[in-house]
Formats: sequence, structure tokens, C-alpha cells
Amino acid sequence: MKFKGKVWKYGADIDTDKIIPARYLNTSDPKELAKHCMEDEDAAFASKVQPGDIILADKNFGCGSSREHAPIAIKAAGVACVIAKSYARIFYRNSFNMGLTILESDEVQDATDNGDVLEVDMDRGEITNVTKGRTFKARPIPPFMQELIKAGGLMESIRKRG
Amino acid sequence: MKPMTITEKILAKHAGVKEVTPGELINAKVDIALGNDITAPIAISEFRKAGAKKVFNKSKVVLVPDHFTPNKDIKSAAQVKILREFAKEQKLTYFFDGGDVGVEHALLPEKGIVVPGDVVIGADSHTCTYGALGAFSTGVGSTDLAAAMITGELWFKVPESMKFVFKGKLNKWVSGKDLILHVIGDVGVDGALYRSMEFTGKPIEKLSMDSRMAMCNMAIEAGAKSGIIAPDATTKEYMNKRAQRPYKFYESDKDAVYAEVREYDCAKIEPTVACPHLPENTKTVSQLKKITIDQVVIGSCTNGRLEDLQVAAKLLKGQKVSKNVRLIVIPATPFIYNEAMKLGYFDIFLKAGAVISPPTCGPCLGGHMGILAEGERALATTNRNFVGRMGDPKSEVYLANPAVAAASAIKGRIAHPDEVSK
Repeated sequence: MKFKGKVWKYGADIDTDKIIPARYLNTSDPKELAKHCMEDEDAAFASKVQPGDIILADKNFGCGSSREHAPIAIKAAGVACVIAKSYARIFYRNSFNMGLTILESDEVQDATDNGDVLEVDMDRGEITNVTKGRTFKARPIPPFMQELIKAGGLMESIRKRG
Repeated sequence: MKPMTITEKILAKHAGVKEVTPGELINAKVDIALGNDITAPIAISEFRKAGAKKVFNKSKVVLVPDHFTPNKDIKSAAQVKILREFAKEQKLTYFFDGGDVGVEHALLPEKGIVVPGDVVIGADSHTCTYGALGAFSTGVGSTDLAAAMITGELWFKVPESMKFVFKGKLNKWVSGKDLILHVIGDVGVDGALYRSMEFTGKPIEKLSMDSRMAMCNMAIEAGAKSGIIAPDATTKEYMNKRAQRPYKFYESDKDAVYAEVREYDCAKIEPTVACPHLPENTKTVSQLKKITIDQVVIGSCTNGRLEDLQVAAKLLKGQKVSKNVRLIVIPATPFIYNEAMKLGYFDIFLKAGAVISPPTCGPCLGGHMGILAEGERALATTNRNFVGRMGDPKSEVYLANPAVAAASAIKGRIAHPDEVSK
């Protein structure tokens, strides 16, 4: 699986209130949530993000609330994947459960500017900055999480168990 | 047998194995699975999509619509209706509505629904509160909640434990809230990422249950999976009249392995405030006395308990809230509300010029019942001060304990309780 998209670059500790402010949590409609995605961090994001774009962030992305609305909003906004130095644990778990692709990498951030084009090769675990012509390794996805993805997510694996 | 921490012992027991090791993946039985009006609608939808007909146990799935209640708008009312109808259909033992609802993490311990030794998951990040009872409890998302509602179990990666040892005597006006703010200021908002935070030492043993809950409640603000305090006589006294089920005390072995051990001398910990826009931006109250404020909130799953209202009432007695400040007091549960009223705290709050809200999460997450305008600043006993947390993205939230909150409401600026204490 490969993604290619434009980078929206953000800093460290992007919390779930920035990803989707609680004032919009009176609905769980993905389209509604997508309209306000990243609103308090970057008011232009929701209206300008293109399908296939990539969010690139520093450490501890998704800290704070357990709201699954956060990965739902990002996915519904059309974002192909999130790359961060690290994730808050509930956000990490939620993303795998609901099917938002997320990757960890320490090096891409410092070598990439906002608006650069990244190509992500999931099978090879590689992230290429097409604009700058440099390739980086993503941290491998833990085997258990890979199996969860293969099973089609947590609920699908439960359905299969009967 | 190998030495284990309290967290490892609880997880091993619930996974049906003799021992577990940090990093190991386990399937553990869940004693309580909790959802609220924001997170449960998605879980219920996933539950139905999976073709499930019945929850695994009707007295172990708990729904508490506390965030946007009393329903703040039509959409919120629709969300709560989903919970109400599901609770009725599934004949859930614990569904709280109307005058029975309280802030979930104050309500569940108070009602004895969570007990020591439990594994509790909740689709709310502050589910870690129940570590104060000596339970393993952690926040998850809605899909995880759906899975637990159906199967009664969930997968966990056994967390490494981090030990926080407190020594000495607490300074006046210092509570569990100050200890946890101090710790978060020390380790940072991801300083305990994926780990369990274990709080120990004589000062912790002397803490009230309300203060212990305030501490464990904010473990998530350091990125932790859970916070925990070994249960003792205080826990037993708290649980005796409340526990709905038999419970078990676990404790860490003396030679249990910790990823890290940190020691704190309580003599050096003063009333502490977290400045915008992260809980790790801590300073002492004394460093912030020039910061003027527009609103004070005393409430939430962190500090809306009786002890919190008591200390606020003590300071506000015979005093007036500053003309420049709106003080909003939110007792966390109907029981706390009633007790505070009987003890005369409401007279004190009303005479001082405060607003008393029914139990709700309300303004803590910028829901309703006290939203900030652009440029406004609040001091709150809540748990998060992220950008836009209590309203406009250009508003600010400072986090502190209830004594600091009461003193600040009187002074119209961040104030030390000694400044108003008679």
C-alpha cells in the first residue's frame, strides 16, 4: 500500500481538543466532525485539506481525551495517514481500532517543511520526501497491531470470533 | 514466583495467568465497562454493527450521560436518548439520568460500582481515577468499549510501572491536586506515556480518598495508562458502606521492578498552578499573583467532591467573590450536592455571589454552563488547560486546587489561600 500527499506539519503535544474541539462533540457524524478538524490549531486546515494529504507532527500526537471522534475527524477530512514522533496511547489504540493509518518516525519531521510532498510505502516501511528527494524509515508497526489491521480492525476480529 | 507490582498482579489475575511482564499482550476480563453521552453513542453503533444482541453482563456495563447534561442542545439530547434507549433495551443496572446523574468518575466510586482490585475500562480518558481505590482502570475509545460490552474482555499491553515516592509532610493548603500537578510539571505531559504511575509514601497514606482520586484522575495528563495507590484502611473505610461487590486488595511486592523511581520532598511542594496551554506548565501560586481572572470553576471529576467544596466553603465564608469574577461551583454528584447543601455550603457560596450548577462536566471541556469568550481567563479545579478547552480558542485556563480557586475568586486574580484565610 502506498500513499502520496501534501504535508500539513504541526508541532508537539497536539491534543484531542485541537484535533476536534469538544464543542462539536454533540454529534458523531464523521462529515460534521471533519468540518472542524484541527480548528483550534489551524483554522484553514478543514477547508483546504485535500484527499490523500498527510499530517506530520512531533511527539505525543493525540494527547488528552479518549474521544474516538479525533481519528474519525482526521480520516473523514480525507487525510491518508498521520506520521508523528510518538502518540498518546489512547489515540494510538483508537486509530488502529477505527482504521486510521498512523506511523511513527523520528527523522522525517526535521527534514520536511509544511507543504512538501511525502510518499509512504507501507509494505517497505519507508517514507520519502519527494520534494526534497530523501527517504526515511518508519518505525515498524508492532506485529500484534499488524494482525489487528489484517483482521480488519478490532470489531471485525470480534465478529469472526462469533 | 517473580515479584510484581500491584498493577501487574491485578492484570495477571484478570488474564487468568500466574504472572505477567511489562510489554506482554494479554486478554483480561473487565469488571466494569463505562461510557458517557459523548463516547457511548459510537460504541452502541459499533455494538449493533457487529450484530451483537446482548451486553456480556447487564450490571457491568455502565452508562453515565454527564458531559452535556442537562441536555445543552438538540444534538446532545439526541445523543443521550441513544444511551437511555440502549440502557432500557439491555436492562442495564447502572444507567443514571435526570436527578440521578453525576460526573462519572465521582459517581462510580461513590456508588460502590467500582471496587478495589477491579479491571475497569471506560471510554473517557479520566477513567484512570479508580486507581485511587487500588483498581487497574484506564481510558479507551468507543470501539474498545464496544468490544468489552460484547465480550467482557479486552486486550492490554501490560504497562511498565513508574514509582513516585513522596516524603515529609504536606504544606498547608497542599492537596492531592498539587502533588499531581507537581509531578506532571516534573515529568511532562508524556513523561509517563504507556506506563502505570504508582503513588506511594507516608504522605499518600495520609491522603483522603477524595484527594487520592484527584491524583489518580490526572495520571492521564502525564500520558499514563493508569495511576494507582495501594489500598489501605482509608480505602476500606470508604468502600465498606459502598461496595456493590466483594473486593480484593492487592499490593506491590517489595522487590517489584519499576521502569523508574522518583522521590519528592513534600516540604518543597507548594500550592501549584498549571498555566496555559499544557498541564506540565506548572508554577507555584506565589509566582502568579499578578494574573487577573474572569471566571473560577470549582468542580469536575478531578475536584468536584465534598472535600473540595468544603475547603472552598471554608475560605468563602463571609467573603464576596470579586466583582470582576464569575464563580461557578459544580458539585460532582447528587449526593455531594445534597451533602453540601445540608452542611450549609450553599448558603456560603450564594452569599459570596457564586453560581451553583447541577452536577455536570459542563465547562471543563467547554461544553456548557460557563463558556469563556475570546481573551477571557479562568482558573479552574479541572484537569486540562489545552487551547480552547473552556471556550474560545483565544481564552485561557489555569488549573489549581479548590483552596486556590476560592482565594482567587475573592481576589479577582490568582491568589494564595493564606491571603484570604482568617
